[in-house]
Amino acid sequence: MLMNIIKQLRSLSKTIMKNILDKNKKKQSMRNVYGETLALFGEKRQDIVVMDADLSCSTKTNIFAKKFKERFFNVGIAEQNLITQACGLSLAGKKVYVSSFAMFATGRAWEQIRNTLCYNNLDVKIVATHCGLTVGEDGASHQALEDIAIMKAIPNIMIYSPSDAYETKKILEFSLTYDFPMYIRLSRCDVYDVFTYENINFDPYKAQIIKKGNDATIISTGEFTYNALETASILKEEYNIDLEVMHIGMLKPIDKESIINCAKKQKTIFTLENHSIIGGLGSSVCNVVCASDYPCRVIKFGVNDTFGQSGTPDELLEFYNLTPGQIANEIKKYLV
Amino acid sequence: MLKNEVCLSVEEKQKLKMMARCIRLDILKMVYSAKSGHIGGAFSSVELLLTLFFKSLNHKKCDDESYKKRDRFILSKGHASALYYAVLAQFGYISKDELLTFRQLGSKLQGHPSKKFLNCVEVSTGSLGQGLSIANGIALGLKLDKNETSKVFVLLGDGELQEGNIWEAIMSAGHNKLNNVIAIVDKNDLQIDGKTDDVMSLSDLASKFKSFDWNVYEIDGHNFDSIYNAYEEAKLSKEKPCCIIANTKKGYGVSFMNNNKDWHGKAPDVNEYNKAIEELK
Repeated sequence: MLMNIIKQLRSLSKTIMKNILDKNKKKQSMRNVYGETLALFGEKRQDIVVMDADLSCSTKTNIFAKKFKERFFNVGIAEQNLITQACGLSLAGKKVYVSSFAMFATGRAWEQIRNTLCYNNLDVKIVATHCGLTVGEDGASHQALEDIAIMKAIPNIMIYSPSDAYETKKILEFSLTYDFPMYIRLSRCDVYDVFTYENINFDPYKAQIIKKGNDATIISTGEFTYNALETASILKEEYNIDLEVMHIGMLKPIDKESIINCAKKQKTIFTLENHSIIGGLGSSVCNVVCASDYPCRVIKFGVNDTFGQSGTPDELLEFYNLTPGQIANEIKKYLV
Repeated sequence: MLKNEVCLSVEEKQKLKMMARCIRLDILKMVYSAKSGHIGGAFSSVELLLTLFFKSLNHKKCDDESYKKRDRFILSKGHASALYYAVLAQFGYISKDELLTFRQLGSKLQGHPSKKFLNCVEVSTGSLGQGLSIANGIALGLKLDKNETSKVFVLLGDGELQEGNIWEAIMSAGHNKLNNVIAIVDKNDLQIDGKTDDVMSLSDLASKFKSFDWNVYEIDGHNFDSIYNAYEEAKLSKEKPCCIIANTKKGYGVSFMNNNKDWHGKAPDVNEYNKAIEELK
């Protein structure tokens, strides 16, 4: 009898969670939103200049380029020049958006970003696409798994990793009002909506609790926030574990207060990111928790100090133990 | 080579010589006092930077409008900072007293020029190979603003031309027809590890720039007339960016430093200092 009731309750919660996820089951392209938003900005503001390094068709800066040819500069396959020339344009009073793949925009031009962009604290926004494992078939050379780590170490740069198309648009709108270096990290694949125009309560500096829960918190960033929601759904359905899901878009400066509040109430915090577990979101959460008065366990999910490889995004997530099912399985071990 | 000969007056040349001597003395005192710094590459560029500020660079900043129309100068070879500061002191941007704070904690005169500490610097530099690309960006910005007046001068070392970023920038300036960019190469033929030709030869530098659609002028980088002529000629370019390859000697002005790679980045001891002062007086 009791077992039947539990079964029924589980089935009910499964339906509720499924409804939340189904309601949001729409995929959009962060990249398209980026290109279209830039084109809108271009109409509003004459001081906006866009640059790319021969990837404008992929990063979607070509949407801006078609409308504002004179304010678009393609430097060719030359990322160091992309950054330093953008810095010059900023010194001449322009607001500059530069794009390439995350791997090359941050990796190839790291020292230019450090010494010219950030040391001079200039108004250049690096909006890079193709972050993380979900680049897919192109393989390890194109899968940026260290970009957050290497950007985070540089003073003066703000880092943002939106979860979906709506949030991408919001952070871009915010970037118009912010005159200093920013790194915005976008995905290649179309991503499920986490937010909608109605429910997005956007404060760029604040973490958002997307789903409440008492047993533990999973903190996630970027497109993986949707996966965190799915993980929570599985845990609820299968094991009646009530996982809180917190999304952090702003990776630097990070919302310490929200993280500390988690540490206060939970014994375990999990982190999830489409990035190496070294130097990314998980590391930042550890830093905050370690320095707080509320020590709790932090378990990091991400790519574990290894390179990626070719495969479909779904295959890669499975290979690297990052599907919601696999993560739920791991989380359960810590909580049961 | 030059279409429009311009002349410095006898008085101007006398003044420049006197100022060059003062600047070398200032550099020497700064590096001696800081016990570190880069004398060799500062001395090789003295005439180049002095002539620029004295004659060819519009650096007046009287009001907002003239500030917008100013020419820009970028010291891409940021290790020649002592020279830059000594020149800025000559032209009243910083006080002479401040020069001896060079490289000290909290000083406006950082080891490499920093806009964060010294606002009259256009952009912080120090990491080699980035100045030309920055200059190109500024030049593109000026063109977008229909500013036909301002020129962007950038002083490069020859060793720094080995950086890949430089060649990306050379390609970009030619491609974008940045006639408002004037790159000055202080070609002293030496770098930290030895002769540029031995470390990584630049080979026929003039041909290289020309093949990227640049105008090129080759001059004696210690001759005021040649320098002034090249600057004024370059300012007239209608379509192409201009490169002035200035043949110089590292450590020029002091006999035992002249053309000696060992003086790239060391401070003189007291005997060397006194000997150099005697020569420069």
